[in-house]
Amino acid sequence: MRTIRYFIIGILFGITLFKSEAASWFRIYEMFQFKSFHMYGIIGSALVLGVVITQSIKRFGIKSFYGQPIVIADKEKMLKSNLYGGIVFGLGWALVGACPGPIFVLLGAGYLPVLVLFFFATLGTFLYGKLKKRLPH
Amino acid sequence: MNWIYDPWSWYIGGPLIALVMLLLLLSEKKFGMSSNLRTICAAFGAGKSTPFFDYDWRSQRWNIIVILGAFVGGLIGAKFLSTQTAVDLHPDVILQLQELNIVDAGQAYMPERLFGSASWTDWKSLSILAVGGFLVGFGARYAGGCTSGHAISGLSNLQLPSLIAVIGFFIGGIIMNHFLIGYIL
Repeated sequence: MRTIRYFIIGILFGITLFKSEAASWFRIYEMFQFKSFHMYGIIGSALVLGVVITQSIKRFGIKSFYGQPIVIADKEKMLKSNLYGGIVFGLGWALVGACPGPIFVLLGAGYLPVLVLFFFATLGTFLYGKLKKRLPH
Repeated sequence: MNWIYDPWSWYIGGPLIALVMLLLLLSEKKFGMSSNLRTICAAFGAGKSTPFFDYDWRSQRWNIIVILGAFVGGLIGAKFLSTQTAVDLHPDVILQLQELNIVDAGQAYMPERLFGSASWTDWKSLSILAVGGFLVGFGARYAGGCTSGHAISGLSNLQLPSLIAVIGFFIGGIIMNHFLIGYIL
């Protein structure tokens, strides 16, 4: 039952990313050119609502679908890696216009060369795991 | 209901992304897509040689189900919910991209030169996809998250690491977009 629920949430996410053009290479290019409000509107409105949602859950102790308290973990504080990793991610994001969510959306939409992107993104993750101890964090 | 078939405005897309995050939080899960790449590595046995992948990846199966859903969502969005998918770009961007030999700017959803079937036999397109993909996968894990995990979930939870990561996303993105991509494409 829960599997179906996650699947439906994923479908909603995929349709939204495709239809709002957040999965389009062109929109990401335009965003980094600061030529359109579109992507800032998407991320900004998601964020404003996200802050309201997250802070309400924490403040009012809203319970989950299963009646349990919702625990929202803090992000690990490794500020160097947040910055360096962020820059590496940004270089890739601006080049291929897709972050990890849109990779799967675009594959579903039929852009098969995204498989190359997917394979190398997985390889990048693997290599990070291998090199983790040697990188500044 | 015709609006469904047109591209959706930011004020539809953004709130729906927030709704996805809300539904995951109410399911006692978190919204973060790049973790799936780590899960895939772990599921293929990377944990045997690398401690970073040595964890109970089966507990993350729900997130793999989410991306399978996203795959199907992309298919539904493209094949059943769209009459035309050309992205209505700023005219300056169209001109700029045409100078970079991206001739279908303003007429397509994705540049054919990178994402069309001809790129399978074009070493340059393949290299761009490979290098970009590698940077995205490596950088997301190094930063501890991607757009969903840091820019939406993390910032919504007022996390300083996420703010720093998002600043990094934009530093890297601006360097690529303004100084490098012109030489690469």
